[in-house]
Amino acid sequence: MEIPLIEFKGVTKRFGARSVLERVNLQIYEGQVTTIIGLSGSGKSVLLKHIIGLLKPDEGAILFKGKPLSEMKKSESAANLAQISYMFQDNALFDSMTVYENIALPLRETTNLSKAEIDGRVMARIEQTELEDAAHKYPSELSGGMQKRAALARALATDPRIVLFDEPTSGQDPVRKNAILGMIAQYQRKFGFTAILVSHEIPDVYFISNRILALYDRSIVFQGSPEELENFDHPFKDEVIRSLEGLQNELTGLYSKRQFKVMHHVQLTQKTPGEPYCVAVFSLDDLDIIRTSAGHNAAQVAIRGLGIYIDKHFGAIGGFSTRRRSNEFVTVLPYSDLAEAKSMLKDFVKDFQEQGTYEAWAGARKQTRSARCVEFTVLAGIAQGQPVADIDSVIDAAKSQQKEIARLRCDGRR
Amino acid sequence: MALDADSQNKKAGWQLGRLLTGPFAVIGRVAISWVDNLGASAIFLLLAFLKILRSKQLIKIVQQVYYIGARSTMIIMLVSFFTGMVLGLQSYHALVKFGAQGALGTLVSLTLVRELGPVLTAIMIAARAGSAITAEIGIQRISEQIDALDTMRIDPLRYLISPRIAASIISFPLLTALFDLVGIIGGYVSGVLLLGANASTYVYRVQTSMDMKDVTDGLIKAIVFAVIVSMVCCYQGYFTHMRTDSHGAKAVGLSTTSAVVLSCVLILVSDYVVTSLLI
Repeated sequence: MEIPLIEFKGVTKRFGARSVLERVNLQIYEGQVTTIIGLSGSGKSVLLKHIIGLLKPDEGAILFKGKPLSEMKKSESAANLAQISYMFQDNALFDSMTVYENIALPLRETTNLSKAEIDGRVMARIEQTELEDAAHKYPSELSGGMQKRAALARALATDPRIVLFDEPTSGQDPVRKNAILGMIAQYQRKFGFTAILVSHEIPDVYFISNRILALYDRSIVFQGSPEELENFDHPFKDEVIRSLEGLQNELTGLYSKRQFKVMHHVQLTQKTPGEPYCVAVFSLDDLDIIRTSAGHNAAQVAIRGLGIYIDKHFGAIGGFSTRRRSNEFVTVLPYSDLAEAKSMLKDFVKDFQEQGTYEAWAGARKQTRSARCVEFTVLAGIAQGQPVADIDSVIDAAKSQQKEIARLRCDGRR
Repeated sequence: MALDADSQNKKAGWQLGRLLTGPFAVIGRVAISWVDNLGASAIFLLLAFLKILRSKQLIKIVQQVYYIGARSTMIIMLVSFFTGMVLGLQSYHALVKFGAQGALGTLVSLTLVRELGPVLTAIMIAARAGSAITAEIGIQRISEQIDALDTMRIDPLRYLISPRIAASIISFPLLTALFDLVGIIGGYVSGVLLLGANASTYVYRVQTSMDMKDVTDGLIKAIVFAVIVSMVCCYQGYFTHMRTDSHGAKAVGLSTTSAVVLSCVLILVSDYVVTSLLI
């Protein structure tokens, strides 16, 4: 059995008479993206500050790779904590330093790297976070999104093995929120660090998380995958998730997964046995390449463009859609058999090739100054289901049928 | 009935006891709080002091010498010039009554070098640079910038406090010497140029009445004041978030006020103590 990278055993924290964490038990595994969700003021940030050592538990133990932090020698615990980086909710950038100086600070103060090496690493982070024009500006001269990216660049400057993100998307618009989450996911894959997020962004945060921890009433009441959370039966789900999750996805305006399931259920109960329906699955391929070459915002705008186009096209003929993964959409065509659905998809492909790719790219292009060519490849697959069939199996069948329906290279549509 | 009377007696006794012990409890709490703060400040100062000699400190110390010292020179020169002029003016009129206007140089120089130079320099720096130190560190505290240093494994005491204490220890004596010099020139301007005292006598008296001990005592005082002002201002800013009377920006404002007031009071108190030890 895998030993957790970080483990809380019966951790309790009180501020005066007020108890914030009560016998918290949790496990965080190496190389994963773990998200802690909960209502505002429920103690999520307090929990995060225990991991980095800014707060000490009143009771219980925090273990690193199975060893209690309190039993380690000072040098050993310092070495463990030195592998952790923290991105604050309000960024905590040094306002009297430029973005460059902020990112260079941990390298200058904690390493013996030469000036040229530090410059190289800082500039690399600045480029990766698309902050070239802001490098010599002060934080107060930047937009909220740019400040977030500067804080992210600083958190990643020392190549940490664990990065803690405290509400990384707070105060951002939907495109920026998803861009930041996408950025975290991409860097996590690229650098292989363990990411621990505190977030309210349900369901967007599910798209990038391997594990979800639910903090409710001062304790962790759920630990598991986002899929397992769907079947979790607890007051937390009614009180927290449903209050945070809207009926529509903020980025695309499509139905949320929960609302999509409700609509699907309502449609199917109206059908007679044997009456078919169809499911189409659309994917924007190679999202990481788009992120790298056009930037995170451009990638999110392209996703939004695709989602809006799908909704506009299929919504007009009675279909309803949701965003299933960060780059994947599912559309239910409740009144169509496979032949009709294929014909609809053909019309969609024609429309999308003529106009949709251009619209998606035009929006994304405004977000990037990059002159590099970017390929957008859109895949689609379709499958027929019966009212008794499980929707997930129909979606999987549609996904297995996916093939390229549109590709855009710079402005040359195909 | 008997039980009621008994409990009422007990209640009355308890209230009387509380009334009698109340003032002592308040005094005790205040005393404990003072001792607590004093101990915390001493540890704070000691740790910050030890970290002055760590690596990568020189540039930060030079920067702070610029902010605390170099940028205070104009205000110090202005204040010292007029202090010297007032001293010359008042002393001349007092000495004339005894026909002792020849002692003007002695009075001005010794007053400035022994007392006014170190004290007024320290108060001026506490007001100009000390308040800025408290406000800057206080804002860094409430905006989690100090927590950010902790998470980056950068020791905030080493990074923020030690260079300021070192820079104060370097700057205060230098600014005090400048204050003394400009103050003596100010005394010359008012006493000699404006009121007609003898120029040669003034310069001669300044040279002969002061010995090295006067100068070193003045500079020792400056160093003591440097430690007090930098410690008080850094401490107030660093623990802004621990204030119980306010939070956020208001706490920064109150910490800044406390830092300047406390610095000034401690400068005067320690001036007496140091003078009595040196004299």
